[in-house]
Amino acid sequence: MNMLLDEVKQSDSIYMPIPARITAVTTLTAQEKLFTIELPHELCLNHEPGQFVQVSVFGVGEAPISITSSPSRSNGTFELCIRKVGDLTNVIHRMERGALLGIRGPFGRGFPIERFRGKDLLFVCGGLGMAPLRSLVNEVLDDRGNYGRVILLYGARQPADLLFQDELAQWQARDDVEVHLTVDCPDEGWNRCVGVITRLFPEVEVDARNTVAVVVGPPVMYRFVLKELKKLRIPKGNIWFSFERRMKCGVGKCGHCQLNHVYTCQSGPSFNFAELEFLEEAFS
Amino acid sequence: MNFKIMPKAAFPGWVNRLRDHHRVVGPKQKHGQYVFDVIDDVADLVLHYSNSVLPPKKYLVPQKEVLLNYRLDGSHLEIATEPEPTVILGVHTCDVHALKLFDRIFSQGFTDQHYQAHRESVTLVSLECLETCSANSFCRDMGTASATDGFDLHMIDLGAAYAFSVGTEKGADLFKGFHQVFDALDSDLAVINETLQEKWGRFPYRLDFDVQEMPELLKASFNSALWDELGQKCLACGSCTQVCPTCYCFDVTDEVDLLLEEGQRVRRWDSCQIHEFAMVAGGHNFRERLAARQRHRFMRKGKYQMDAYGMVGCVGCGRCARACLAHITPIDVMNELYVRSQAEEAPALAGLMEAPL
Repeated sequence: MNMLLDEVKQSDSIYMPIPARITAVTTLTAQEKLFTIELPHELCLNHEPGQFVQVSVFGVGEAPISITSSPSRSNGTFELCIRKVGDLTNVIHRMERGALLGIRGPFGRGFPIERFRGKDLLFVCGGLGMAPLRSLVNEVLDDRGNYGRVILLYGARQPADLLFQDELAQWQARDDVEVHLTVDCPDEGWNRCVGVITRLFPEVEVDARNTVAVVVGPPVMYRFVLKELKKLRIPKGNIWFSFERRMKCGVGKCGHCQLNHVYTCQSGPSFNFAELEFLEEAFS
Repeated sequence: MNFKIMPKAAFPGWVNRLRDHHRVVGPKQKHGQYVFDVIDDVADLVLHYSNSVLPPKKYLVPQKEVLLNYRLDGSHLEIATEPEPTVILGVHTCDVHALKLFDRIFSQGFTDQHYQAHRESVTLVSLECLETCSANSFCRDMGTASATDGFDLHMIDLGAAYAFSVGTEKGADLFKGFHQVFDALDSDLAVINETLQEKWGRFPYRLDFDVQEMPELLKASFNSALWDELGQKCLACGSCTQVCPTCYCFDVTDEVDLLLEEGQRVRRWDSCQIHEFAMVAGGHNFRERLAARQRHRFMRKGKYQMDAYGMVGCVGCGRCARACLAHITPIDVMNELYVRSQAEEAPALAGLMEAPL
């Protein structure tokens, strides 16, 4: 099997997408759909959890989308969880099985799972943050013996907005995964926590020295979650964030995704807090 | 150093010969300003000129560049960039330094083959500046008032003749089959040295500190109140970045024909000063405030490019000062940051001096 990124690099333009086929479309919520994508014959994605691809539709445009399937479950196909939020994603949401998309990537730096081995993992997730985080969660669960505790704190606006509810139910049913959920606006059947994600922290006790926290969610969430993680005394280098910015080119040229001098599409999107501490724009 | 000497009388003939196999571009006068444009008549070429409105970057990263051509039904997809062999004449050394930065940016990590293709198609003939070309330029401060590399040929105006320093084989090839160039004699070298020595007095310093201190100064000024003051003045028009020889940020869009059959993926110059630049789908804007966008521009020029590419991102050409409708100039901004940093440092330093040994 050849890697997609090598195929892109070997073409005469780093901006040349490779055609890929939608093989399944699943509606997740009112806003999000899950697309299963198949690459051309003998090409594989070979991604790291946390990386993204540039997805394009000719005649409409291109946008960065996190890869939501784990490397362990991406044999020949991979999955993208796409929210209907802009011109391109609205067009993609109207696409059906069999349609072609253009794909470049995977780009950026994913989460360094080899450094997470043997550690307790505290996943902190807000809203669409589950799209990239699911890749990491499933990668860990498919190799469960190599990690300590797995704790998930997951917040959404309302119960219906929780993504991957089937898998969420499976995770909750396991005795080796601790799931804590919260929503801003509960419905009648909701009997769990209500409020922002930080409301879940009192429910959690961790062995700080041996814990890696991975935080993925909307930008506004990061500052508040960081405060909680500092309170728990988790080491800076073990607090990981995903920084999604406007990655237009994906290859560190176009300038849109810069965080101070750092191109998040190259050095990120995953960063640990020890790296971010001196980037003033990171949490502003 | 090895120099070739060309009598000025032979110069038009040489330029005309270059036109046989190249598109030749150079500075021309237009509405009282100077622009780089195709030279159809050597008489139009102006080698004694104040900074061009746009830097020659437009030939390496065009304002609008088609990256891909395609048919919407998927039957056709091709890479569009096909640059023509081009000689750029009379490039000021500030612009040579800017292109050296571009070379790093577009090759570090992933190679941008579109830039590469333009770069390879261009032969750069730069020109030694013999006096400061505008009240806004501070090339002396930025160390860009001369260049030792980054060009294919480099010209020095000696009055009756041009001296050429040959930077690359591609540059040397421009003399192939042209006989009116001579190896420099000792007497020529004496004139060259005299010309170069005399020029420095005509380049005043305009910054109150050395360029080596610029990244640190900007780092210390991240939370300066000056950014808010600039944000009050800035009109967010993006002119400063359009005319900047070291700005290259771009947007990528798709354009389709009226029949919805054929389309193009196009990149265009973009600007970090425009409101939407750092906005993501869903509406969150990572640089909502004008102050943050102004700060980002100056940080990129004076610090971030140094951090990322090992070169300061400003070459001191002063074009942004000339283009700014709100009269924001890098000389004033940098000097003001310096003054304020000194004011803050002074009490601390005084304390240090008084401390017993």
